[in-house]
Amino acid sequence: MGTAELIWNGVAAFLVMSIYSFLYKDNPFYKFAEHLVVGVSAGYFAMILYYNAFLPKLINPLRAGQYWYIIPGILGLLMWARFSQKWQWLSRPTLGFVIGSGAGVAIPLYLQNYVIRQVHATMLPIGFTSWPLITNVLIIIMVFCALAYFFFSKQHKGAFGAAATFGIWTLMVGFGAGFGMTVMGRVALLAERVVFLRDYFAQLWGALF
Amino acid sequence: MTFYERMMNLDRRWVYLVIGLVVVVTAIWSFAVPLYVTPEVRSVYDFVESLVPGEILMIGVDYDPAALAELHPMSYAITRQCFAKDVKLLLCCLHQNGPGMVEQVVAQVAEEYGKVNGVDYVYLGYKPYPGITILAMGQNFRIPFPEDYYGTPLDSLPMARTLTNFDNVKAIINISAGSGTEYWINYANGRYNAKLAIGVTGVMTADYYPFLQSGQIFGLIGGMKGAAEYEYLAEKGGYITREKGQLWASKSMPIQTTTHIVIILFIVIGNVGYFMSKRKK
Repeated sequence: MGTAELIWNGVAAFLVMSIYSFLYKDNPFYKFAEHLVVGVSAGYFAMILYYNAFLPKLINPLRAGQYWYIIPGILGLLMWARFSQKWQWLSRPTLGFVIGSGAGVAIPLYLQNYVIRQVHATMLPIGFTSWPLITNVLIIIMVFCALAYFFFSKQHKGAFGAAATFGIWTLMVGFGAGFGMTVMGRVALLAERVVFLRDYFAQLWGALF
Repeated sequence: MTFYERMMNLDRRWVYLVIGLVVVVTAIWSFAVPLYVTPEVRSVYDFVESLVPGEILMIGVDYDPAALAELHPMSYAITRQCFAKDVKLLLCCLHQNGPGMVEQVVAQVAEEYGKVNGVDYVYLGYKPYPGITILAMGQNFRIPFPEDYYGTPLDSLPMARTLTNFDNVKAIINISAGSGTEYWINYANGRYNAKLAIGVTGVMTADYYPFLQSGQIFGLIGGMKGAAEYEYLAEKGGYITREKGQLWASKSMPIQTTTHIVIILFIVIGNVGYFMSKRKK
């Protein structure tokens, strides 16, 4: 590892430790690192957006004489009127366009992919002769019971109440799986940073002594 | 205050300290942990393995440095497997802070395998609004990306000349840390019927199993464990080696194991404290 890399990795190590110092309590090192992350991310995003969208999708076509691009340009400019109480009504046509076109494109596809295909995926062959068939039975029962819990037009009593209670347990299993995976994700981030610090300090030790 | 109540009111900083110590100790004195490969990870690996030289795989890289620990190992392993097999790669990024992630992976791995930009891979770059960009790519890649990330017109790149839309790629693997995956499922698979697999962070994994069961995606690499499974398969296939430091996620799996044991212990202690203090009342 060269001197420059050692210095930059040293900066990274300092920032990592500054962020983790928040676990003890809030302090100026944490505040500095936090503001740096927010500032760098916002600046990076602004530049990426300018060079990958604003320039090729608005400025360059206008320069090339495609003047109809002025229409989306004006619609975009009108969105800035949101910051003024007096002029914010000017942003409504743009919002209407975005919401209308977005909803038109998204609603049929979301219905197809998030409802119909998911419902279709619960229409499974069932039986008790093999493990996959048994799990299919379990899936169908759990789906119905979870739906029963969210059915509020009938009091949760008797057989229906039992189904709703089993529905809660189904949801709990789902939340448990989600929590377990979340813990794994968070630990993964910590583990990677600790491995980075370990390698950095080993290299620093090697370079100094 | 009774012992159980004290247990319930334990300062969370003690938890952080114990977990921190366990992580540091495991990082210094590491050990091997057994790993089993789940079918959802194997199906992604087997699919890439089935590709023949010259075929094109598309990778949508939608994450920023915050998710690097979990998703970078997947990107590296898949890219190395593809380049080793002479499979061509088409890459794009739909996350605003992600273009640098793609460049880092593809530049490093392309150099390792002597691959040339425009011939063996094309990096389309970043465009905002993932849904609209995916819908446009389904018609023609040139609509959202008339030029690649480096400003070269697509038609002047040999590999891109034969490319029109998703019909020209064998499959799409979306490696994502956000809502980008929803758009790929909804638009690329739902609208254009593109074959899709995903690699997501641990936090997101549980949400996407229903799509695996419904067949909307053919594979799922979940978090660091999924990445370690993929690395395990890639190592067995001879695409990556431990000696060159190419097993990134696998290195952190012992830390995962010990930390999870500690967290489970804390959960047990918390629950014992809760039920015992309730009984006392």
